[in-house]
Amino acid sequence: MSTETENPPEDTTKVESPPPAPKKPEATPVVIPAFEKSIADKIVEKFGDKVEVGFVKEDRVRINVGRENVHDVAEFIRDGLNYDHVESVSGVDYPQDNEIEVVYHIGSYDDSSLARQILVLATRAQRETNPIPGNDATRLPTLRDVFYSVEFHEREIFEMFGVFFEGHPDNRRLLLPEDWADLPPLRKDFTIKGR
Amino acid sequence: MTFKLPPGLALQKVDEKIMTLNVGPQHPGSGHMRLIVQIDGDYIVACDPDPGYVHRGEEKMAEYRNYILNIPHLERPVIHDSCNVLYPYVLGSEEILGIEVPERAKYVRVIASELNRCIYIMYWLAIYGIFLGHSTMFMWPAGDRELLIDLMEKMTGARVTHAHFVPGGVRNDLPPNFEDVCLRQVNYFEKRIKEYAAIFYDNPILIARTRDTGVLSRQDAIRYGTTGSVLRASGVDYDLRIKEPYDVYEELDVHTNVMKEGDSYARSKIPWLDMLESCNIIRQALQKMPKSGSVRTKLKPNPKGKGLDSVYKRVESGRGSLGCYIVSDGKVEPYRVKLSVPSFRNLIALPNLLRGEKLGNMPSVYWSLNYWPVEADR
Repeated sequence: MSTETENPPEDTTKVESPPPAPKKPEATPVVIPAFEKSIADKIVEKFGDKVEVGFVKEDRVRINVGRENVHDVAEFIRDGLNYDHVESVSGVDYPQDNEIEVVYHIGSYDDSSLARQILVLATRAQRETNPIPGNDATRLPTLRDVFYSVEFHEREIFEMFGVFFEGHPDNRRLLLPEDWADLPPLRKDFTIKGR
Repeated sequence: MTFKLPPGLALQKVDEKIMTLNVGPQHPGSGHMRLIVQIDGDYIVACDPDPGYVHRGEEKMAEYRNYILNIPHLERPVIHDSCNVLYPYVLGSEEILGIEVPERAKYVRVIASELNRCIYIMYWLAIYGIFLGHSTMFMWPAGDRELLIDLMEKMTGARVTHAHFVPGGVRNDLPPNFEDVCLRQVNYFEKRIKEYAAIFYDNPILIARTRDTGVLSRQDAIRYGTTGSVLRASGVDYDLRIKEPYDVYEELDVHTNVMKEGDSYARSKIPWLDMLESCNIIRQALQKMPKSGSVRTKLKPNPKGKGLDSVYKRVESGRGSLGCYIVSDGKVEPYRVKLSVPSFRNLIALPNLLRGEKLGNMPSVYWSLNYWPVEADR
């Protein structure tokens, strides 16, 4: 406290010019990590405008791709970029876009340079207002032949969102009871009772 | 009266020699899960896991509650490892809500999550012991676990479900004199678990039952996307505390334990070695922790995200890498919360490991996967 007593004259001058403070966040540029950028560039170089880079953050690269190209992109990710397993497959329901998004989080054990990295591969399936799981247009090609590790994850997405994975060898229910006859429960139009 | 049973419930006759057997869901040997096993004499021909008996819709519930109210129910999937289950969710919410965490809180979190890892592994070890018919191995870990549970009770106020991690730090500061008590308990705990080697891990009966059963090769472990102790028992050196350090793990000296055999014995020994490593981490963290300071950043009521945003965070839990994918649309509730749990990821290895094994080896293979049914179902 005693050292600050020398400063009061400077403080009074600062009070007269406060505006520079809000400009600070704009002044710092968003640093795009170089390694992550190179991964995204390789995929864009290979597939051109069939893919769209969602974001490039530290350790995370997101690629959005249409359902017709998702299988090819996944094969390139495995063979060309050395990713070897899928950590997580999530469905996200977007009723306002009339689409259901399926997000694969892909990682690598073998390639130590990719150990921190997660490649987020997102694709979207058409959403039906009155779903008949397995017998409607909500379909995606399976990635089970590319990444074996998605087997149970895709079964879970099928029962929870009604997204049928074409070519999946085992499209049975996994977690839900056999006699479940309601909507797929993680869709937004399935509401919890009493809420 | 003809009555069509759902598939799997009816006893299928495959051919003259092969019989279908339901193991579980009530049988304690399978946890809250059913294994539909086809056996030819004593040998397993095929195994079809049927989880879902303890599915509680955690992910759906998370869409209806705000970021803070989600904490007490998202730890329920693994109550013995509740700090580690919450960890990725809390890290993810901090990124979405833009909250900084005080330095001391990061150390408190590391200590809590390492203590919780030991608590979980001790519980698992007790069950593993009793299903191999080794009742001493049930009693000892179940008793020694109390040491650490008492510590967590001092720290958080609850013995099992702590709900201690919150976005912005931890709920409460450590009680006075906690460091000394913790150090004393952990040192005694370490001395105690070292004694398990003589009675359990060097026991010729255990070795005979688990050596070379359910062998998972390195290549398959990677292809199936297994994680945690299952992966490290197959010779893959992958631990998120080293590969993608979160909070203050970067400043601590962490070692991984890797074994090359990939059999049930290796898979059962890796968690035990992990506990010894956890004791080292706790001692280091206690030493390096700032002795005073805040442990929690004060939040505004009903914090919101900044708009459309998604984040995927992962931590190394007692069973392996546990990820949490949070999608935010700028409201007070998350738009979607997905838990990618290690038990669910390791489950895919089970049918492949059991094929060709004797039925009597099923418990040793199944429990060596470090599988927790409630977590897999969520």
